[in-house]
Amino acid sequence: MTNMLEIKDLHAEVGGTEILKGLNLTIGEGEVHAIMGPNGAGKSTLSYVLSGRDGYEVTSGSISYRGQDLFELAIEERAAAGIFLGFQYPVELPGVSSTTFLKTALNAILRQRGEDELDAMQFMKRLRTHTKALNISDDMLRRGVNVGFSGGEKKRNEILQMALLEPSFAVLDETDSGLDIDALKVVAEGVNALRAPDRSILVITHYQRLLDYIVPDFVHVLANGKIARSGGKELALELEENGYGEYASGTSGIEAA
Amino acid sequence: MSYTTETADQVSSIAGEKYKYGFVTDIEMDLAPMGLNEDIVRFISAKKDEPEWLLQWRLRAYERWLTMEEPKWAKVQYPEIDFQDAYYYAAPKSKEDGPKSLDEVDPELLRTYEKLGIPLLEQQMLAGVAVDAVFDSVSVATTFRKELAKVGVIFCPISEAVKDYPELVQKYLGSVVPYSDNFYATLNSAVFTDGSFCYIPKGVRCPMELSTYFRINQANSGQFERTLIIADEGSYVSYLEGCTAPQRDENQLHAAVVELILLDDAEIKYSTVQNWYPGDADGKGGIYNFVTKRAACRGRNSKVSWTQVETGSAVTWKYPSCILQGDNSVGEFYSVAITNNLQQADTGTKMIHIGENTSSTIIAKGISAGRSQSTYRGLVRMQPGAKGARNYTQCDSLLIGDKCGAHTVPYIENRNRTAQIEHEATTAKISEDQLFYCRQRGLTDEEALSMIVNGFCKQVLQELPMEFAVEAQKLVGISLEGSVG
Ligand SMILES: Nc1ncnc2c1ncn2[C@@H]1O[C@H](COP(=O)(O)OP(=O)(O)OP(=O)(O)O)[C@@H](O)[C@H]1O
Ligand SMILES: [Mg+2]
Repeated sequence: MTNMLEIKDLHAEVGGTEILKGLNLTIGEGEVHAIMGPNGAGKSTLSYVLSGRDGYEVTSGSISYRGQDLFELAIEERAAAGIFLGFQYPVELPGVSSTTFLKTALNAILRQRGEDELDAMQFMKRLRTHTKALNISDDMLRRGVNVGFSGGEKKRNEILQMALLEPSFAVLDETDSGLDIDALKVVAEGVNALRAPDRSILVITHYQRLLDYIVPDFVHVLANGKIARSGGKELALELEENGYGEYASGTSGIEAA
Repeated sequence: MSYTTETADQVSSIAGEKYKYGFVTDIEMDLAPMGLNEDIVRFISAKKDEPEWLLQWRLRAYERWLTMEEPKWAKVQYPEIDFQDAYYYAAPKSKEDGPKSLDEVDPELLRTYEKLGIPLLEQQMLAGVAVDAVFDSVSVATTFRKELAKVGVIFCPISEAVKDYPELVQKYLGSVVPYSDNFYATLNSAVFTDGSFCYIPKGVRCPMELSTYFRINQANSGQFERTLIIADEGSYVSYLEGCTAPQRDENQLHAAVVELILLDDAEIKYSTVQNWYPGDADGKGGIYNFVTKRAACRGRNSKVSWTQVETGSAVTWKYPSCILQGDNSVGEFYSVAITNNLQQADTGTKMIHIGENTSSTIIAKGISAGRSQSTYRGLVRMQPGAKGARNYTQCDSLLIGDKCGAHTVPYIENRNRTAQIEHEATTAKISEDQLFYCRQRGLTDEEALSMIVNGFCKQVLQELPMEFAVEAQKLVGISLEGSVG
């Protein structure tokens, strides 16, 4: 069986500074992994490298996604191939209604996959099922994408996009930050609803609380540009208790097995 | 060229030697000699078989024009125009001169038609291919005309109106834009060749968008177009001008005049999509578009709404204006101006508030890409009698890349203490964040850009009639192709 994702000895620079310094990570099909780690460790950087953002330059190493060399694909091709990034800071698109945005995105992906695009009716039907589950109001759909959304609304909107686009591999970058407890549950339910044997999820978080709702198969500590430690769910609890002190930059972390 | 240099030389030598006013009589000729003089003005008038009053009006305009100087205040730069190095009258090209099939048409042009989703037959007509009888535009036009005649709406070429409705034309022509108005309008008054005339009688709501079926013919309406629309008391009309498909024209200078007259309780919605050839990526070629458009809200409670999407031309100089004379009259100006490569646009509006409780709204969206320059220039004037008048202006500029420029030049003159004027302006840049976000969701660079820019323009595009709006949205994307990545 091919893995969903295999990252080998990944080095990446941003603005001439090396941020990822030999990162290794393997995610199997159907697995949920969590990455935790101190601010500035390179978690978001990893998510951008995975999605192919300009300015995040891979200097060495490899990433294979479902057996394919990820670096051969452009940003939108990765999206069409099923990679989804839930943004830590969702971007505002003034004047572009969420409905328009979602329909354009879904159809762009369907087109790239050579599938039939949805017409307005089919699309609205599909959209409705998800907005209900995620408690997203029509007003939010009419407004400009993320414009004037509260922090929590922005995050729920990311989950809505994920649910609609049905990715094979989703990276959720601090989707739990800024959520109240009810919203956290809604988001977690949204994520759990997507769990499937052929779908993998990588959640980046600072709080083990999220992992009570989205129970991961593996937890990793990303520090100083590397996976410093890997373990099961209990690792999150331990981190919550002890903090990241022992992984502080400069000290030699424990290499992942 | 529609004529060979040889013929042109022949004609000009004949004209130069043998005739003083003489060639006026020989109106069988297909073109006037090169250059501009009184004889040419007489020639055009004779060609059109015009009444004496109109000839005299043209001649007064010509005389005035000789004393005027080209305006230089707009933020546009172009080489000096030699007004003697042009033909002011040429009969329309015959169909036989055009391409025989779409195979002979510039493939670049065809690609754009396709992207705009223009039907094949229409593509052929736009490209000047002689089309067979399947789509008979003349009979379509006739059917529409009959329907309009039933409700008393007059809609015809202005040259026809001069003959068939002389009292209306004489009463209103030049009553909003006088022949002495400005350099280009004066030139137009002297040499205009054709354009549209429209009269909506009292209490009539025009049953269709005017000029929708006309737009193909309009592609050939010439260099100095003149449009006159009169909305009588309590009438309504929506008028569409232009075409989303790129229009090529051999004439570099275009100077149109549009006059709108609104009586009590009348409403005119005037929508334009301008997509003249902008020149190539290095700024070669391209049309100079110097237009004077003005509406006079003479009646109480009258309302005029200008909506324009300007994407073409190398240089655009255009300020559709409203004279709000009737009490409670309303003027609106919704504008999208897109410039790319080396295009320059200096556009905006004038809202002249004369009557009490008049109100105006200005929503101007400028999008600049490449090395282009876009300027919003607008005047809001509250006359002493404009008690309780209100204006709201919003100017938003969007920059794509860092080599283009956007400028906002508002002029505000308030001579009435009870009048209110509000002005808001913003400038934004399309961010890498936004493009990345969209691409991560599966959109290409160009799809992302098109969606973001359409979002930026939404307030204006939604003012367009439905059929135009859909094409305009696509056009917005197409005009910006190649400006990212
Ligand atoms: N354009 C840039 N130029 C230089 N350094 C950058 C740039 N962008 C990010 N960095 C640096 O890269 C490092 C990793 O940032 P990243 O956003 O990946 O951290 P993170 O682990 O997601 O942190 P947080 O938990 O705060 O979200 C930081 O030190 C950051 O300052
Ligand atoms: Mg981060």
